[in-house]
Amino acid sequence: MKLDYTPDQQRFRQEVRSWMTANVPPARLPSFDLTREGFEAHRDWERKLSEGRWGMVTWPEAYGGRELDLIRWLIFEEEYYRAGAPTRVNQNGIFLLGPTLMEFGTDDQKARFLTRMAAGDDIWAQAWSEPGAGSDLAAVRSTCTRDGDEYVLNGQKIWSSRAVFADWAFGLFREPGSERHKGMSLILFPLDAPGVTRRPIARMDGELVFAEIFLDNVRVPVADRLGDEGQGWHVCMATAGFERGLMLRSPARYQMAASKLAALYEANKKQLPASVGERVAQSWMDAEAYALSIYSTASRLEAGGTIGPESSTNKIFWSELDVALHQTALDILGSRAELVAQDQGNAPDDNWLDGYIFALAGPIYAGSNEIQRNIIAERMLGLPRA
Amino acid sequence: MEFAFTDDQLALTQAAREMLVDSCQPADLRRLLESDEPRDDARWSTINEMGLIGMLAPENAGGMGMTLVDFIGIAEAAGYVALPEPLIELAGVTLPLLSRLDETRGWLERAMAGAVVAIGHPVNPLVADADTADALLLGDGEDLHLVERGAVALTRTESFDPFRRLYAVEWTPSPATKVGSGWGDTADRGALLAAAQMVGLAQRCINMAVAYAKDRQQFGKAIGSTQAVKHMIASAQVKVEFAKPVVHAAAAELPLGTLAARARVAHAKIAAGEAADVAARMAVQAHGAMGMTWEVDLHFFLKRAMALNYAWGTAAAHRETVVERVKTLRTGPDATFASELA
Ligand SMILES: Cc1cc2nc3c(=O)[nH]c(=O)nc-3n(C[C@H](O)[C@H](O)[C@H](O)COP(=O)(O)OP(=O)(O)OC[C@H]3O[C@@H](n4cnc5c(N)ncnc54)[C@H](O)[C@@H]3O)c2cc1C
Repeated sequence: MKLDYTPDQQRFRQEVRSWMTANVPPARLPSFDLTREGFEAHRDWERKLSEGRWGMVTWPEAYGGRELDLIRWLIFEEEYYRAGAPTRVNQNGIFLLGPTLMEFGTDDQKARFLTRMAAGDDIWAQAWSEPGAGSDLAAVRSTCTRDGDEYVLNGQKIWSSRAVFADWAFGLFREPGSERHKGMSLILFPLDAPGVTRRPIARMDGELVFAEIFLDNVRVPVADRLGDEGQGWHVCMATAGFERGLMLRSPARYQMAASKLAALYEANKKQLPASVGERVAQSWMDAEAYALSIYSTASRLEAGGTIGPESSTNKIFWSELDVALHQTALDILGSRAELVAQDQGNAPDDNWLDGYIFALAGPIYAGSNEIQRNIIAERMLGLPRA
Repeated sequence: MEFAFTDDQLALTQAAREMLVDSCQPADLRRLLESDEPRDDARWSTINEMGLIGMLAPENAGGMGMTLVDFIGIAEAAGYVALPEPLIELAGVTLPLLSRLDETRGWLERAMAGAVVAIGHPVNPLVADADTADALLLGDGEDLHLVERGAVALTRTESFDPFRRLYAVEWTPSPATKVGSGWGDTADRGALLAAAQMVGLAQRCINMAVAYAKDRQQFGKAIGSTQAVKHMIASAQVKVEFAKPVVHAAAAELPLGTLAARARVAHAKIAAGEAADVAARMAVQAHGAMGMTWEVDLHFFLKRAMALNYAWGTAAAHRETVVERVKTLRTGPDATFASELA
């Protein structure tokens, strides 16, 4: 156990840091969930990242990556958040679909999709959920009907993050007549294909963070199916593993937030009881615990280990920590907490209210925490199914 | 950066764990209680023969010169079985302290051979295992004294953990008993190893709840198929999962002795204490009324968890160290490890 960085790792940190210092936009970009303009500003940032070959550092060089190990990936993420770089508009692509393509994609698919993804040329949305299939994903009803070397897609998807402006989506479809986990396929489709209609859904604060997608006889080549026909469930579960396991939420995000929380407390502590300081310390501890846990998982994976159902504990931990952290911030703001961000009187990047609204979704998306608790109980601890 | 145990460390932990689990079943605990012996001599000699007692003492003193990281999994295992014998404090706290003193009048060697030296650190007002000890290491202001068992007056105070033998000690310091001064990192070691034991205790409580919930039927099905019970157990497991890496990091960082390292130990004690508390109470709930009884073995683990939660500094006291660290040292994603803040 060596809990210090090697000189190489330190040099790598400095390399990322200098690049970020030189390139991170000085002003916060406009939201990618509100306007096309904001979305495109984020795409430009993705392009800039990929010019520096920072689009997806763990990927093979052939796809624009650097083939870095997971420890360096963590260091990269630390510097990314430390520099206050923009939220990744393409996170569904790079963190979820990317690894899935790497595992299940054909060479042709990898060549066509991965480089463009890392470059920000294609921004991806995840089209799994449906009005009748949220937690119960095996209940999806949207269909893919085979017609020669094409699929015809029909149905409706919902809650698809960033689909309002995204270019492509990866969706879960079933052969007509198939049931539950059987007969599903994971299909990649362009969001501007004929027959695709997108309807933005406003979040409670008015931002258009997700969309409904209606598919009416959308034709896509069979070559754009990811994984074998009828194996969609299996492929999706691998993606969900990436989602909860490691990539979706790197710890730096919470460590940065905890750091800002500590600063917020320092600036306001004269008016606050000491117990608030203890809650600040608790948030710091939780962010640290998450970081330590991910470092230990990364070290284990680097040594050839695997990640199992215990990854479901991650998702619960980071989502609950995020809510508690933001609640503590709002408690520090006190009567200012209800004010919209620009009236709270904080620095523009300390948007605690926005952070709180976002944190509220954490226990819901990526498999709700109730579903994660079922997984822990049944698959990790071996309790019987209902 | 390599946050993982080596194969050797894992193998050693595994061997110790198997020995402890085999020899220290709840039935063994009950047998020990009935016999009214303070410890199981057979197990204590096995522990001794495996070389566990001298693991952390330096090689030139006849020890194995190993580190807290080597030992931390064994402390978890000792917690898992609620070990009655004082292996963890002796090997992990007392011996390393003794070996740093210039001169111990032979007690280092004797302790290495299995003699018990009890430790009276100011953080803990009562001395554990003082009655079975051959000598006591006690503090008088900054001075440390080694006092033979015969030279102190002990008053037993009853802990509700039947295996915690706690004593108020009356004694008189003299130049002849003085062996050095300053406790060094003793309190941090005590807190860290209590934390590791609590991680083991928490996992034990969870495993007992799982076993019971699979077995016990109500409404015609196992209670463990009920989501309310599942979620309660899963939530406790989440606490354990995120206490463990903190305890492991604290074992690696403690020797740095800095505020960042001490705050990590404090964090470990708080997180493990909370995990043990949540898991123990959850397990009582999962057992229903049975969970409140003497018959069900759960209470052994609940009691030890509770005792360790208050030993070597309370969560409230440790929280102050964490607050201090957050206030005075760099925080943020590039300040995760104590070594980064040197
Ligand atoms: C911000 C945000 C972004 C999202 N982005 C995407 C996206 O990009 N792509 C996509 O496909 N989907 C996305 N989702 C959808 C998300 O995956 C679903 O919301 C989630 O799976 C829950 O489904 P549901 O909303 O239909 O809730 P439901 O499944 O109806 O659940 C409602 C409540 O009941 C609980 N519940 C349901 N079943 C059980 C059970 N068996 N046991 C215990 N409790 C249960 C749930 O935990 C929840 O609390 C997003 C959601 C949010 C909030």
